[in-house]
Amino acid sequence: MKIAVLSGKGGTGKTFVASNIAAIAGKSVYLDCDIEEPNGHLFLKGPVIKETDVNLPMPKIDHDLCDGCRKCVDFCAFNALAMISEKITVFEKICHSCGGCKIICPQKAITEVDRKIGKIEERIYKEVELRSGVMTPGEQSGTKIIDMLIDSVKDEQNTVIIDCPPGSACTVMDSIEDADYCILVAEPTTFGAHNLKMVHKLVQIFDKPHGIILNKSDGSHNPSKQYCLDNSIPILLEIPWRRDISDFIADGKLAVEMDPELNKMFKSLLDHVKEEVQP
Amino acid sequence: MKIGLPANSTDVNSPISDNFGRALYYMIYDVESEETRFEKNTAAMSQGGAGIKAAQLVVDSEAKIVITPQLGENAFNVLNSAKIEIYKSEKGSLMDNVRLYKDGQLQLLANIHKGRH
Ligand code: SF4
Ligand code: SF4
Repeated sequence: MKIAVLSGKGGTGKTFVASNIAAIAGKSVYLDCDIEEPNGHLFLKGPVIKETDVNLPMPKIDHDLCDGCRKCVDFCAFNALAMISEKITVFEKICHSCGGCKIICPQKAITEVDRKIGKIEERIYKEVELRSGVMTPGEQSGTKIIDMLIDSVKDEQNTVIIDCPPGSACTVMDSIEDADYCILVAEPTTFGAHNLKMVHKLVQIFDKPHGIILNKSDGSHNPSKQYCLDNSIPILLEIPWRRDISDFIADGKLAVEMDPELNKMFKSLLDHVKEEVQP
Repeated sequence: MKIGLPANSTDVNSPISDNFGRALYYMIYDVESEETRFEKNTAAMSQGGAGIKAAQLVVDSEAKIVITPQLGENAFNVLNSAKIEIYKSEKGSLMDNVRLYKDGQLQLLANIHKGRH
């Protein structure tokens, strides 16, 4: 079973929820797809036991072979090539590694070289295998990193928890594509409800079974809750705003290990999701 | 020597475009002959890397000077490697900016706006 945890923006408690579910799930795999700021390892602690580079092939121009015909410049749909002072320049961060320019070049002046855009770090915390995608700062697209993470659990028998990137960009879509269930985490503010709406639309497009966790509920008016009620979205859990919970988070502690009440809450949440996925 | 400016119409008295990569045209002004021509920006609607293609167009027009209100990082890199000098435009028409340049009233564009993604 694969459970994706999403939120419309960072800081809603997405990782808090995802890491606690993983901890309660026993034997499980935690995929940290929040590649710009992976922080699952702040809760699921352990030394890095394996590190794998993620590379993209980049065109390399042999300037001696190139006759300046510009066919590659005209071909590139992403405008990643420019002819400056009689020389082809590759804009690596724009290049999508489609390999087309290499095929089209009549002089065979283009070869490919690997360029590192990030890495995957593996850790073990108790029964949880943690795989974190880390994109090198400054890179524009980490799709390949997410694809590698998702690929690694293709035949996984244990529960998989996917900590998705915030927002609703294409990396989020890649992250939830194989998920059996989506958990949306929302804050009790107007802005939170707006973000919730965006990710809710996304899971609807993908037609995924889903439910909401209302985080930091303080009992007052909650626009996110209202949105759930108005659209009959199941509310899986309402986590109260509590000083001690923020302290657990700040200290990198797992709430399910610190607090019996939260432990019970997360356990019944996981049971509920299991039932929905495998009736 | 030629000067390139981003334009949204082919009228020399129209305001300079506020976006380099997405401008509809580039006005190419020849300082010696005082002739003006407009190049259509075929990259204006393209998805990624519009700035690169737009800058390529200006490089190909053999401009040695570019006057623009702003510039994305990629376009800057192209113009820069082509050794084109980049000046920050002032409010006003395309021609106003050419005059200001000739009078030495324009500043080199120092703060480069990063392209948004
Ligand atoms: S297609 Fe090949 S030969 Fe032509 S400009 Fe590009 S690299 Fe050079
Ligand atoms: S590999 Fe594809 S995207 Fe990259 S420069 Fe070549 S044609 Fe453009």
